[in-house]
Amino acid sequence: MAAALAALGWFIISNTVANLEARHIASGFGFLSREAGFEIGESFLLRYNAGDSYARALLVGVSNTLAAAAIGIVLATLLGGAIGLARLARNAMLRALAGAYVEFLRNVPLLVQLFFWYALITEALPGPREALSPLPGVFLTNRGIFFPVPGSVPELNGFNFVGGTALSPEFAALLIGLAAYTAAFIAEIVRAGILAIERGQVDAAYALGLTRWQVTRLVVLPQALRVIVPPLTSQYLNLTKNSSLAVAIGYPDLVSIANTTINQTGQAIEGVSIIMAVYLTVSLSISALMNWYNARVALR
Amino acid sequence: MSKVLTGVLALLIAVALAPLVQWALIDAVWRPDAAACRAAHGACWGFIVEKHRFILFGTYPYDQQWRPAISTLVLLALCIVSALRAFWRPWLALVWVAGFAVIGVLMWGGVFGLSYVENERWGGLILTLLLSTVGLALAFPLSILLALGRRSTMPVIRALCVAYIELVRGVPLISLLFMASVMLPLFLPGGMTIDKLARAQIALVLFAAAYLAEVVRGGLQAIAKEQYEMADALGLSYWQKTLYVVLPQALRIAVPPLVNTFVGFFKDTSLVLIIGLFDLLSTIKVALTEPAWSGFGVEAYLFAALVYFIFCFAMSRYSRQFERRAPETLALREPT
Repeated sequence: MAAALAALGWFIISNTVANLEARHIASGFGFLSREAGFEIGESFLLRYNAGDSYARALLVGVSNTLAAAAIGIVLATLLGGAIGLARLARNAMLRALAGAYVEFLRNVPLLVQLFFWYALITEALPGPREALSPLPGVFLTNRGIFFPVPGSVPELNGFNFVGGTALSPEFAALLIGLAAYTAAFIAEIVRAGILAIERGQVDAAYALGLTRWQVTRLVVLPQALRVIVPPLTSQYLNLTKNSSLAVAIGYPDLVSIANTTINQTGQAIEGVSIIMAVYLTVSLSISALMNWYNARVALR
Repeated sequence: MSKVLTGVLALLIAVALAPLVQWALIDAVWRPDAAACRAAHGACWGFIVEKHRFILFGTYPYDQQWRPAISTLVLLALCIVSALRAFWRPWLALVWVAGFAVIGVLMWGGVFGLSYVENERWGGLILTLLLSTVGLALAFPLSILLALGRRSTMPVIRALCVAYIELVRGVPLISLLFMASVMLPLFLPGGMTIDKLARAQIALVLFAAAYLAEVVRGGLQAIAKEQYEMADALGLSYWQKTLYVVLPQALRIAVPPLVNTFVGFFKDTSLVLIIGLFDLLSTIKVALTEPAWSGFGVEAYLFAALVYFIFCFAMSRYSRQFERRAPETLALREPT
């Protein structure tokens, strides 16, 4: 068995070496310090221009992926928690609405949903001059979504808004898509977690004279979290991995930038290895963090 | 309080639904007429009417499209038959082999007077269905071996299986598809090539096997220890014990989470669009690039969502029916 695997490994490596030589493709990570030469549409944390190195371009990709995943996780948790509670509401109509949301969003591929949100933003929203403004200072346009920040309010200047902060159509579609899709799964986890609590626990808590809020905070939540946290972790991991679909709608995440790098340098093995190494590191970090949290809420 | 909430909700739904109905039905254009679509305020379903052949069959030769159409029906029939408990017999595997043979003959042709169609030209719904079913058919046996390997007492095999499963589950599917599309050609001896469809299929199989392996492992863990002990007491060998005692029970227990994993995998096949394969989503996206019909993405992707929803919802409902029948298997449900 081990010998067969070793033989297979040797076969693959020798073929790869021969192929790389035949195609004059360099190997190793030397390309990282070379000039990337391509622009990146948006970068949240790092300054970047086309003259920077591939290493910096990839770092921008990592930071864009982390930004999308982190914001997506927060939004998905809030939305998923709310829908999960709505699934258990006393009001039948609210329950039915939440149930329909979960059924529909779960059973359509995320990629279709991302294309849909992107098409909705770029095709259905008006241009900056006719921008929709659902709240004062917030503008929805086909060029992106504009928000006010302290000290700066977006204003129409010529053909676009200046000031405030903006979500590009790509980033907005990615965030809405990731959050809406993952929320459907989180809602089911929250619902199952709350249903797992024995009815007697709640009755006993009321019998002790606790208020509704105290019962929720002191009796229901601590027990529900124990059931919720492990599957919630795998949803966070899924969301992070799913953020790689950004490449399909043109948001410059790690996969998108690594893909450009592979196309320019031909160094596919290095490019794919970088993608895998980054995602493995992020996955293991989230697992470790959630395991630590789980150990805190678990029974001792 | 509850009545007030119901009233408020009903009002909100009505306020949201009225313009939606106006857009999707009342003002909608159903004729395949791009000019009328642009003039109207409603949805342009004419796009779907105009492009339905391309969306369903991709670039398959137009006059031969009855072949993928029949293949689609054969595949759907196979799936429906496999869903019925009465047909869960070993010969079902042979039925699938025969079904795939018929579909292969129909799709490729080159025999019985059918013209040859290279698989570069396959596309649309049948490609999505083939990638999912062939992927699952190949990944399932592999996943059983991986799950058994993960519970093996041989440390090398166990370590290899754990490493494989955790590695694949830790990276996004796109990175595996990239690996298959750009790295796999480098692994083969010079002169040997492997086409794009086969490369994507390999990546999907390797991906699905890791996820299915964890579900099968869940089934294996749910089997009482006495079952293993009794099989040992009867003097059965490892493979006899596994094939006749353990797997038949473990797989039955694992049916609901397996179907849930199938749903996830069916949705995930849409990612082959990113490496340039013409699956259902891809044909819809390509149909939108025609200048006359560009700008109707919302309608196009709603249609895509509907098609995927029908398949996934049917599968979800099917798996839920088992949960009602056997509540003890609820604990095994994969939280994906």
